[in-house]
Amino acid sequence: MMLRQAAKNALGLTSRQSTPWSVGIFRSYHENVIDHYDNPRNVGSFDKNDPSIGTGLVGAPACGDVMKLQIKVDEKTGQIVDARFKTFGCGSAIASSSVATEWVKGKAMEEVLTIKNTEIAKHLSLPPVKLHCSMLAEDAIKAAVKDYKEKRAKTNGAGETSQA
Amino acid sequence: MASKAIFSTLRRSLTKPNRAVSRRHHLSTSSAATASEPYAGDEHAIVMKGVRISGRPLYLDMQSTTPLDPRVFDAMNASSIYDYGNPHSRTHLYGWEAENAVEVARIQVAKLIGASPKEIVFLSGATEANNTVVKGVMHFYKDKKRHVITTQTEHKCVLDSCRHLQQEGFEVTYLPVRTDGLVDLEMLREAIRPDTGLVSVMAVNNEIGVVQPMEEIGRICKEHKVPFHTDAAQAIGKIPVDVEKWNVSFMSMSGHKIYGPKGIGAMYVRRRPRVRLEPLMNGGGQERGLRSGTLATQQVVGFGVACELAMKEMEYDEKWIKRLQERLLNGVREKLDGVVVNGSLESRYAGNLNLSFAYVEGESLLMGLKEVAVSSGSACTSASLEPSYVLRALGVDEDMAHTSIRFGIGRFTTEEEIDKAVELTVKQVEKLREMSPLYEMVKEGIDIKNIQWSQH
Repeated sequence: MMLRQAAKNALGLTSRQSTPWSVGIFRSYHENVIDHYDNPRNVGSFDKNDPSIGTGLVGAPACGDVMKLQIKVDEKTGQIVDARFKTFGCGSAIASSSVATEWVKGKAMEEVLTIKNTEIAKHLSLPPVKLHCSMLAEDAIKAAVKDYKEKRAKTNGAGETSQA
Repeated sequence: MASKAIFSTLRRSLTKPNRAVSRRHHLSTSSAATASEPYAGDEHAIVMKGVRISGRPLYLDMQSTTPLDPRVFDAMNASSIYDYGNPHSRTHLYGWEAENAVEVARIQVAKLIGASPKEIVFLSGATEANNTVVKGVMHFYKDKKRHVITTQTEHKCVLDSCRHLQQEGFEVTYLPVRTDGLVDLEMLREAIRPDTGLVSVMAVNNEIGVVQPMEEIGRICKEHKVPFHTDAAQAIGKIPVDVEKWNVSFMSMSGHKIYGPKGIGAMYVRRRPRVRLEPLMNGGGQERGLRSGTLATQQVVGFGVACELAMKEMEYDEKWIKRLQERLLNGVREKLDGVVVNGSLESRYAGNLNLSFAYVEGESLLMGLKEVAVSSGSACTSASLEPSYVLRALGVDEDMAHTSIRFGIGRFTTEEEIDKAVELTVKQVEKLREMSPLYEMVKEGIDIKNIQWSQH
């Protein structure tokens, strides 16, 4: 039985859909990427000026990738209750930012700062040439959190001066 | 025991019918286009490389290659079976018949470009022709001529051959082009030196479709007595080509761009005034000593028939393709704003439409247009993260260079295919613009160019 299996392996007959064509260098998208592209989650915008919203805008059109990630934070608990994204970029960039919005929902701000680009890349099976898309998504999360904190610091500071 | 298992598996594998290579031979895409809804059932869906498409895509990539014209196939089929002799065999009937077939094809190719059949050399394609001319001419005249002039928008094989020459010690001037893609004639004139051995400018660009001012360039080269080479792979059979009017000394031609077979091309080498070149392929001295090797008779025959058909049908094709191009461009412009045509719209081959959709990235658009076979000049589709060098040479803004899509229209494209392509493109662009932060910013009135981006 095992020898038969070994023989089959040797002859290359194991895969059920034995495709004689070799898989392309970077043209074969993982179905997760395609799923996020066809049915993107959380596309949209919040009002930038709303104090409970943090906006992260990263990337550059020159590089071909721009991501805008917005988080809605519950002021009392510090938890992210909702997120939206908009991306100018390839399918992998869209999928990376879409995954980022899914993962930040319902988490505390400190927790989302630990999301690593390698996790996003693994979830989407990104090839090496597309790893920068996941890096950008990680940067977008951090930028959004930073923006929210800066906003809070400003409103708190303004509140204090008005009281005094 | 082990050998028994191995041999029984081997026997079973060899006698099992090979189900893995089952191709669906649906040749016409227009029948797929006429269906208004994608096939609902799973039985027609194709899954390949992780992508699921509801049927065969519409073929709109005529610049990369063209389908074989059935009449060319008929000629090749007959020739494959009957003309199996070696056309260089002088001693028997089989050789004479094959040679006859090759000579007929040579006349057909020569007629298309206004040359004499004695000036046509068959080889494996335009890439080989470009390599042979660029390297062969410079190697032959290497004592006196050390300089080559070409443009920044040439095909990769010409640019790479020039780079190879640079490594050997020659000097190369890469002329810039204007924003409409055309060569500046004054710059060309100034670039010519006494030791210029070759000027190489392609007639029709494969990426943006602009037609260079060939007659003027030929005149300048004649004045300065510099050999003029043109890569006419995308031009023959599509625009009128005349080697006398253009004053070319060398021309590269390709079979599979004019509904002929792949793996065959031709090189035009002028005989009066004579220009010499060193062959790339040494051997028995076939093809005037310029390309040794046995000719693939049926490929040559196919190429010849394709050229003859192209000559007969050029005017009709041009009218049909121009009509479809207008239909495509107007259809897209009606529904979308921010559509830019890359390259001159006047001096252009109608079958090549390279469009940029602002605020939408090219690769993501291609991913959504999986039911239309087109190609893009975007960075993500090349191995490096740089946008296409042709678009960059045009001076297109970096963010626009990432957004281009090239639609190729040909002899067999139908109106339904164009309408369906317009519908799918508009739908995808609108969806991606919804997702695009740049579009949102523009709608709010922010000027994107003034933002400081955080680079990585």
